Amino acid sequence: MADKTRPPVQPFRFCTSLDLTLLTNRRARDLAELLVHLHEVPGSVIYYHTHHFLVQHQYLSPEPPNDFAYWVTNVLQEDRLGEQLAAIDLIQFRTIRALRERLIAVIEGYLDERKQLRTAPEGEEFHFREAVSFVIPTTHVAHNLREFAGCMEQIGFGSLTYHFFDARLRLERGENDFSEWCAGLGEPELAKAIARLDPYTYTMDGLRKEVVRLVRRRLGERDA
Amino acid sequence: MSILDGYQEFVGGGTLDELRLLGRHLAGRRILTINSTAVGGGVAEILNRLVPLCRELGVDIRWDVIKGGEDFFGVTKRVHNALHGKQETFSRHDEDVFRETTQRNLAEMDLDADIVFIHDPQPAGLVEARRAGRGRWVWRCHIDLSAPQADVWQFLSGYVSRYDAAVFSAPQFAADLDIPQVMITPSIDPLSDKNRDLSESEINQVFERLQVPRDKPIITQVSRFDRLKDPVGVIAAFRMARQYNDCRLVLAGGGATDDPEGREVLAAVHEAANGDPDIHVLELPPTANIEINAIQRGSTLVLQKSLKEGFGLTVSEALWKAKPVIAGAVGGIPLQVTHRYSGILTHTVEGTAFWIKQLLNSPDYARRLGENGREHVRTNFLLTRHVRDYLLLFLFLDHRGEHIIHLG
Repeated sequence: MADKTRPPVQPFRFCTSLDLTLLTNRRARDLAELLVHLHEVPGSVIYYHTHHFLVQHQYLSPEPPNDFAYWVTNVLQEDRLGEQLAAIDLIQFRTIRALRERLIAVIEGYLDERKQLRTAPEGEEFHFREAVSFVIPTTHVAHNLREFAGCMEQIGFGSLTYHFFDARLRLERGENDFSEWCAGLGEPELAKAIARLDPYTYTMDGLRKEVVRLVRRRLGERDA
Repeated sequence: MSILDGYQEFVGGGTLDELRLLGRHLAGRRILTINSTAVGGGVAEILNRLVPLCRELGVDIRWDVIKGGEDFFGVTKRVHNALHGKQETFSRHDEDVFRETTQRNLAEMDLDADIVFIHDPQPAGLVEARRAGRGRWVWRCHIDLSAPQADVWQFLSGYVSRYDAAVFSAPQFAADLDIPQVMITPSIDPLSDKNRDLSESEINQVFERLQVPRDKPIITQVSRFDRLKDPVGVIAAFRMARQYNDCRLVLAGGGATDDPEGREVLAAVHEAANGDPDIHVLELPPTANIEINAIQRGSTLVLQKSLKEGFGLTVSEALWKAKPVIAGAVGGIPLQVTHRYSGILTHTVEGTAFWIKQLLNSPDYARRLGENGREHVRTNFLLTRHVRDYLLLFLFLDHRGEHIIHLG
C-alpha cells in the first residue's frame, strides 16, 4: 500500500475555523460608495462578504450568491451588474487581493457605461462586516487514508471551511490542505481529483461526501 | 442527560464538540455577567439559559444583577426609549440619579473577574471600576442604536467608550465608537415551550380553545399591538389577497391593558376587522408560549409586516417551524430572511398581498421557503450558535486587531 512503502509523512491534524463577525461602521448607499469602501477595507471584509453564505446558507437551495451580488440585485435592483457579480468564479482566485481587484473591475466597468446611480432605500444600505477567524486544532488526526476517510465523516463544517477555502484563499497555500496531504502520501491522482472539485458549487455536506467518496474509491482500488 | 446533549438532535455532535473545544480554551478565566434583572425581559430569559450551558462547558461564569430604586429604573426606562429614537426628557437630575445608583452598586458588588460582560445601559456605569491592565470589559447592547437621542447617547457613550468592545445585534444598530464592535444576533431555544415540537392534537386543541376553525388556509401575525408592527396594514393586505384566495387571518398578541398606546392600536385593529368572521384578533397573556407555538405551527403562512423592528425573533420562531414567512425588510429581519430563498421580504401592503396570493397558490415553492428557513435558523439562530459567539467574543478580547487567530 502506498502509505506503507513511502517514507512516513506527517499525520493530518484536522483544525476547525470558527468566525466571529465584526462591524466596521462602514456603509454604502450606492455603487460609488460601495466602490470606495471596496478599495479600502481589509481583506477579511472581502472574505466575509464572499464566503459567509457558505456556512450560513449551507442548506439553501438554490444557494444565494455573494453579498455584493445579492445587495446589488435585490436592493439597488441593478440586475445586470448583480448577475455579473454573482458570476464571479471564486474558485479561480488564489488570493483575496485578486478577488478584490476583480470585484472592483466589474463594478467600475459597469459604472463606465452608466452615470445614473440608484440609491438604496433608507435602512437597506450595505453594511460592511468583517470575519475574525479562530483556527483551533480538533481531536481528529489521520495517519493514513483509511483514518482520513473516517475523520472526514465526523468533522464539523468549520474544518471543511478551514482546509478547503481558507487554506487556498486566505492563507495562500496554493492548494487545499487535503490535496497537499494526499500528494505527500504518494497519492497524486487522488490529490488531483480533490483539487479539481469546485467547492463553491457544493453544500458543505455535499463537499464532505464527495471527498469521502473519492477517498473510499481509491481505497477500494488499492484493496482490489 | 446534560443540558448540552438536549441540543444534539438539532445541531449535531460536531457543533457541540466545537463548543466544548472553545470551553476548554477559556479554562481558568473568570467571567462575570451583569444585567438589571434576574427575571422578566429578554436579557434575563437568555441569561437563564446561557449561563448553565456555559458552566457545563467548563466556563467559570457568574451572573449578578444591579440594584436600583424606582427613580433609577424610571430614568433608565427613558434612556432605553431615547436610545431607540423616541424623544424623551433627560435632565441633569436624571444623570445624577444614574450616577448615584452606579456608585452604590460599585460599592456593594464584587466585580473581580477576568472578563466583565455588561448588558444594556442600566449597569453600563460599572465600567468605572475598570483598572488599567486588569480584566476585559464588554458592553452588550440589545437596543437598536441607529437613531439615538443625541444628549442621552452622549451621556452613555462616555461610559461605553471605556469598554474593550461593544456587541450589537444587527449591523445597522452599530454606533460611532472607537472600540471594536462585534455583531452577535439573538437566538431562539428549540427546547422552550414556544419552540418545541407539538403533536397535531396539541395544535388542534389550542385552535379549538381559541375558536379559530382550521377549515381554510390560515395567515398569522404574532406580535404585540403596536403601530410599528402594522397590524392594520396586515388586515388590508389580507383583504386584498382574500379577493382571490379564501383564507383566515389570525392576529395574536399580548394584552394591551397596561399600555395606552397598545389599547389605541387594538381599538384600531378591531375597527379595521369590523366583525369580519375570517379575522381573529387574539389577546394572549405573556405566558401563552404553547398557544403561540401552536398558532405558528397551525398556520399556512406567517407574516411579520413590521415598519420598524428590533430584531424580530418571531420570524426565526416561525421559520424554525418551517413556515413560509413574509416580512418587512427592517431591523434584523433581513438577517433572518434572504429574499426568495428563505422567505419573502416586502415593503408595502400591496407587496405583502401579492406574495400572500403567490405563496398560497404555489404551495411547493412556499414549502421550500419554509424548509430553507428552518435550516437557516438551525445554523444561525439557535441558542448553541449564540453560546458559541459569546465564547468566541471572550477569546477575541486577547486578540484584538487580528483577523486569523490560531489557538493552540
